[in-house]
Parts: sequence; C-alpha cells; structure tokens
Amino acid sequence: MELFVQSLVSGILLGGLYAAIGVGLSLVFGIMGLTNIAHGSLLILSSFFIMIFVQAFGGSIILAFAITIVLMIAVGVLLQGFLINRVISKGAEPALLVTFGVAIIIWNILEFFFGANFFRLSNPLTGINVVSTRWMIIPATALFNLGISTVVILALHFVIQKTLFGRAIRAAAGNVNAAELMGINTSRTYIYAMCLALATSSVGGLLVGQTFGFFSFSGMGYLIIAFGVVVIGGMGSILGTFLGGIILGVAQLLGGYFFGPGVQTLVGYLTLLVLLTLRPQGLLGNMTRK
Amino acid sequence: MNENMLMTIENLNVSYGDFQALYDVSMQFPKGAIVSIIGANGAGKSTLLNAVLGINKPHSGKVTFQGQDITGKRTSTIVSKGVSLSPEGSSVFEDMTVYENLVVGAFLPSARKKKKERMEYVYKLFPALKEKASQRATFLSGGQRQMLAIARALMSDPKLLICDEISLGLAPVVVGDIYNSILEVNEKMGLTIVLVEQEVKRSLDYSDISYVLVKGSVVMGGPSDELDEAAVKDAYFGINQFA
Ligand SMILES: Nc1ncnc2c1ncn2[C@@H]1O[C@H](COP(=O)(O)OP(=O)(O)OP(=O)(O)O)[C@@H](O)[C@H]1O
Ligand SMILES: [Mg+2]
Repeated sequence: MELFVQSLVSGILLGGLYAAIGVGLSLVFGIMGLTNIAHGSLLILSSFFIMIFVQAFGGSIILAFAITIVLMIAVGVLLQGFLINRVISKGAEPALLVTFGVAIIIWNILEFFFGANFFRLSNPLTGINVVSTRWMIIPATALFNLGISTVVILALHFVIQKTLFGRAIRAAAGNVNAAELMGINTSRTYIYAMCLALATSSVGGLLVGQTFGFFSFSGMGYLIIAFGVVVIGGMGSILGTFLGGIILGVAQLLGGYFFGPGVQTLVGYLTLLVLLTLRPQGLLGNMTRK
Repeated sequence: MNENMLMTIENLNVSYGDFQALYDVSMQFPKGAIVSIIGANGAGKSTLLNAVLGINKPHSGKVTFQGQDITGKRTSTIVSKGVSLSPEGSSVFEDMTVYENLVVGAFLPSARKKKKERMEYVYKLFPALKEKASQRATFLSGGQRQMLAIARALMSDPKLLICDEISLGLAPVVVGDIYNSILEVNEKMGLTIVLVEQEVKRSLDYSDISYVLVKGSVVMGGPSDELDEAAVKDAYFGINQFA
C-alpha cells in the first residue's frame, strides 16, 4: 500500500516535469501545425548552454539560465525566420523535414564538443526531502519541478487566451489569410511563437538537466516523452499538456508498481495507445487547429 | 482627377496555374464613394479582391492606394495602409468570442488606441453583436456572422472597406438591414466602400459607381444611375459579350 501511494505521488510529480518537456512541442504544433522533430534536441541544447554558462560565469545557475533563455530566443529567430518560415507555406511536411535536419545537426555539434559524456546540472535541492514519512517521500527537486512547470503552463495559457499577442497567435493558427487581413504579419507571429516555445523548452532543459542529466543524444528520448505528453493531452492544447504529463507520469510509475520497474516506460506508452484509440484528438482536443 | 482616387487598379491579370481568371481589369475607386462590382458566379470578383489585398499575386498590372503602389505586397502590409476586407462567406474566427474577433480586428497599432470607441461604434451599428459579445462566433446565425465580419473589418479604422458578397445565403430582410448600416457608415464617416454583389438591382441602387465583371473582364462601368439595369443584366449574363 505504501508503495502504491508513493508510486502515485511520484507519478504526479514526474508528470509535472514531463509537462514542462512537452509544452513547447504542443505550442508549435497548435500554432503552425508543425511537429518539431528538433524539439528534444533544442531542449537538450539549452541544458548544455546552461552548463557552459554556469562554468563560464562563476557558477550562478540563475544567471546561466537567464543567458540561455536569451540565446534560445535568438536560436528561435534564426530557426523560424531563416529556415521554417521559408518552407511552412508549402505545407507541414517540408517543414517537418527541416526540423529533422536541425535535430541531426544539433546532435552532431553536441557530439563533436562533448562526445558521449553524461552531464548533470548542479542542483541545490539534491538530497532534500520536503515530506519524508512511512507513506511517502517527496523530494524537493520533484516538487520544484511540478511547481515551475505549473507556473510556466498557466502563464502560457494566460498569454495565449487573454492577451492581444495570444489572440493574434490563435488567429494565425486558425487561418493565415484571415489573420493577415487583420494586419497580423503571420511570419513574424510564427517567429514569436517559436521563441516562446524555445523559452519554455529552456525551462524544460533546466529541470531535466538538474533532475535526470543529459548527453549529446538524449534529445531523442525527450522528444518521445514530449510526443507522448502532447498526444495524450491533445496536440496544441496548453492545459492538455499538463494533464498529459501527469497521466504519462502516473501511468509509468503505477506500471512500474504493478508490473515491475523494467516495463514502466512500456506501460506508459501502452496507456498512450489505449487513450489514443478511445480519444484520437487527445484529452483536451486542440487549441484552434482543425 | 487622380487626387480624388483612393484606389486605382490598372490592367490587372491574375491566373491560377494555366487558367487565367482576370484579364486586364482596370477600376477606379473615388474617395468617399460606394462602388459596386457586379458579376455572376465565377466571374472573378473574389479573385480581384484577393489580388488587391495581396492574397494572390497578379502576374501583371498595378494596384495603387493613396498614390502608393501596393501591387503584390504582403497582405498585412496592405491592410496596415488602410484597406480592409470582409471576406466571402463571412469567415470569422470560429473559436473566438465575438468580442475577441473584434479585438483582433483592431490588431494594428494605429487601431489599438481607438479600440474602445470603435467597438462602441460597431456595437451601435450592429446591436445584435453586443448581445452576443461573449459567445463564440461558431454559435452566430448567418446574418450575425456577416455583421461580425463587417464589424471586424471596421475595427481597423480603414480608409477603404471592401465587402465580398454580403448577401450570400442571407434572407432579403437581413441583407437590407446590413446594407443600410453600410450606407450609414459611408454617409456619416465618409468611408469609401466597395461592395461585391451578384444582384444587379441592389448593386445599382446602393452604389455611386458600378463595374460589371464577366468572365474575368470589365465589360461595363460608370456612375450607377447612368447604367441601365436591363443593359447591365444583358452584359451580366454575357448575352452581348464576345459577339
Ligand atoms: N484557388 C483557385 N484555383 C483555381 N481556380 C480558381 C481558384 N479560385 C477561383 N478559381 C477560378 O477562378 C474563377 C473566378 O473565381 P472567383 O472565386 O474569383 O469568382 P467570383 O466572381 O468570386 O464567384 P462567386 O460569386 O462564386 O464568389 C472561377 O472560374 C474559379 O473556378
Ligand atoms: Mg467570390
């Protein structure tokens, strides 16, 4: 019984982190109908940036994170402005291939500089437990992950739903020509959206870097997690990402509890398959895209 | 003469692949006028409007707005100069509320400042929209959608308002109401308006100037009160054309 409760709680906490990993992918899909294959690699790229800047600027992880966000926004401008915007008008498939190429380029660059070494970002919360009873242990890191992820997703939801910028994004997602007719430059809007997605992915990169650690190729694994989260929650639904993260996290850890830790990932994705059969559009449908 | 022209279209040619949809179309829209463009299904009316707004790119010809060449410019750029289109089939943002549709209509920085008074203005023009302000556009009736499309186009505080087939699929009473609202906007605000229509009589009645488009060519044009309804109808149905 204790172990069951612990698995459930850990699953929810893990789900918070999963949501942070998936939200950028969902945002880009919701706005431009693009499955960004480079999502995981970009997330890991931000983990590497944070690591580099922590070393370069005297060890402050907050400063390193701030610089990384700015840098990732710059990456977003280049990626969307110079690559994806050029092909997105020809449909989602060419753009998807572009992001596949970008993913491979990022892997190779990271491998060139860092080989296959495993890294972890320093984490001041390591070893601290917020709750520690016979029933359950709640590590501070896991609670921190869930808290940050909640804040990021609620903030993003607010921006998309309630601000003029968010409404412009939704207009462009619904119908490019109609949005242009409102005077909205949709190419520029896409650039902003990609920057927003990469800024949130940097948060994912920070949490993942502190919690799991990373190496040159771990982007693919995080893409798969993000994909699972987004498909369960509903492609393009921001709040759905949160739900998707929690469900995947809980499914994995309860799967581990019932069937043994060796199959927990498998159980997670079987749950995904079952949910998809029952509700192909994902739990919370989608934001705007038809 | 040119001083009085808000927009001039010169020898516009537009094709979809091998199919040419517009042939040397030329028109002039004087400041403050209501201009109607009359044409049957497939005459090329929407093609013309889309070319004017940069949604499709003409392969030759020129569109001038307030003395500036805007041919083939980006749609949002053209809109930011003061041209606004209420698109065919009153396409509105379905998943947004009526209020949000109007807010997005005032996206341009120049329009954002006047958002409050513009919104009051369009709500007064179409009171039905005010009642439905917080409902999603999906739930509007056909007439209300059309009103919303026009109201949204007015939110940007345009100098030229273009309406593509307001009457499409609407009951005559509703169409009459909407037309009267548009007439009011023209009279009170001096806004230049282009109305695209299939109905000959209504077009001539409500406009100062009319053009008749048949199979991609302008076959008639001039002051509406000088155009003979019967002659327009003949031209419209292509009876005396290409003889
Ligand atoms: N995207 C397109 N691709 C190919 N041909 C098109 C396209 N859009 C329109 N056409 C063709 O161009 C011609 C003009 O169409 P257009 O929509 O401009 O006519 P319209 O006068 O607006 O008609 P309606 O009153 O039905 O709206 C038609 O023959 C139409 O079939
Ligand atoms: Mg048409």
